[in-house]
Amino acid sequence: MKNSVRNVYLFPYILWIALCVVAPIALIVYDSFFDIEGHWTLENYEKFFTPVYLKMTLSSFWYAFLITLFSLIIAYPTAYLLTKTKHKQLWLLMIILPTWVNLLLKVYAFLGIFGTFGLANAVLNAVGIGTKQILFTDFSFVFVSVYIFIPFMVLPIFNALEELNPSLVDAARDLGASAWTTFRRVVFPLTLDGVKAGCQAVFIPALSLFMITRLIAGNRVITLGTAIEEHFLVTQDWGMGATIAVFLIMIMAFVVVLTGNRR
Amino acid sequence: MRRMKWGNVYLIFVFIILYTPIFYLLFYSFNSGGTMHHFQGFTLEWYKEVFHDTRLLIIVLNTLIVALLSALISTVLGVIGALAIYYVKSRQVKNTLLTFNNVLIVSPDVIIGASFLILFTIAGIKLGFVSVLLSHIAFSVPIVVLMVLPKLQEMSPTWIDAARDLGANEWHILTRIVLPFITPGIFAGFFMALTYSLDDFAVTFFVTGNGFSTLSVEIYSRARQGISLSINALSALLFLLTIVLVAGYYWISQKGSRLYGMWKK
Repeated sequence: MKNSVRNVYLFPYILWIALCVVAPIALIVYDSFFDIEGHWTLENYEKFFTPVYLKMTLSSFWYAFLITLFSLIIAYPTAYLLTKTKHKQLWLLMIILPTWVNLLLKVYAFLGIFGTFGLANAVLNAVGIGTKQILFTDFSFVFVSVYIFIPFMVLPIFNALEELNPSLVDAARDLGASAWTTFRRVVFPLTLDGVKAGCQAVFIPALSLFMITRLIAGNRVITLGTAIEEHFLVTQDWGMGATIAVFLIMIMAFVVVLTGNRR
Repeated sequence: MRRMKWGNVYLIFVFIILYTPIFYLLFYSFNSGGTMHHFQGFTLEWYKEVFHDTRLLIIVLNTLIVALLSALISTVLGVIGALAIYYVKSRQVKNTLLTFNNVLIVSPDVIIGASFLILFTIAGIKLGFVSVLLSHIAFSVPIVVLMVLPKLQEMSPTWIDAARDLGANEWHILTRIVLPFITPGIFAGFFMALTYSLDDFAVTFFVTGNGFSTLSVEIYSRARQGISLSINALSALLFLLTIVLVAGYYWISQKGSRLYGMWKK
């Protein structure tokens, strides 16, 4: 009797998994074998391995790598310093608060800041460098993306640092390790799980966010996400879009496995 | 001592970077000049424009309805899912369910959007309110599960045994013991689902079709046409709403933990 009651919970949940997780991914794989006229074909995969698409995949990887790297470089010290402050939970909340502002609005703000007469150029003028074209360059794309992702990188690293037992740091210092050695040999390895979680939370979306590239980078930067959006919503070539999506899913699975194995 | 000072400078710098775009938007929402540079004079014209824009107000209403409905339904489904995972005995099955649960959380929005677009087209669901609502429910469920499950695991299983020994049936166990205990988790899940739905752009963009629009999609299509200060005014209003929501969430989670603290005593 008990089991039947428990199956009452299991049934709707498994139905959700089947309909919303398994079916959509199966359909993406299925669609990737059809061309634009609806004929069964392997052409999409052949096309993916042509230089055009491979180059796009590589550059998408390169940008995602840069974005993850810069987010990490900025976020790690931030998280570290946050754990040393008084009222650290409040400051952490202040870091997270901007993520609740709609992403598009933040991107839109940069249209103004990076514009020809915007804040960034005003600063550059004041310093004496003069007006530069900032909008619609790859610099602006990387900058805005890093800006968007910093909180997602800070949060897991902050949590990992909070879990770190401070007596380990004291022990290392007592045994004569310098501050840098302590960081390199004790603190960083012990917070690696947080770093991995952060990298996962940044790298995968960085491959696929198409609205930032569209609004900030013009059409200069094309990521996997932009390509998928273009094939599905502009050229209506769902087969090719699905093929790129299949590769994005594989990359995603790979990244999850690579950054996974957390305790 | 010196170190700490440089540390503070760094933190202040990060905070300035994080908040500059937001306050930049808010500041120019009062600019009578109509651009996001060169502040000419103070005006509330753009706010007036927002409140007179019926189309925009309908879109705001749509967004709120979708967010509330999807958060409500996905909270119910998510609680059921968390209970399902909690009650499964086999470790392997549990982990498999959790893996499937997390697929939608790590999946990039484009993948979710594209796959749901295919799904709705094949299922014959017309793109519009229903498709947006369904996709929002779909991606909110796993978040609710993850918020509720830790609360369930905190609960001592002996309570359930005790209740059963005292003659409670499954329904009583659920409504009198389990649900009251996990209420803070349920509220947290509901709020997360609400914010995810309000915030979502990419998934909605794929499955929205022509007639129906949510706020994010509308902001995107307006921003693509260039700068219009009514977006700034709108963002100021949304920022206020966000602060209220965050304060509400904070209050509920504080209250939840206090209730829980009392419970433990």
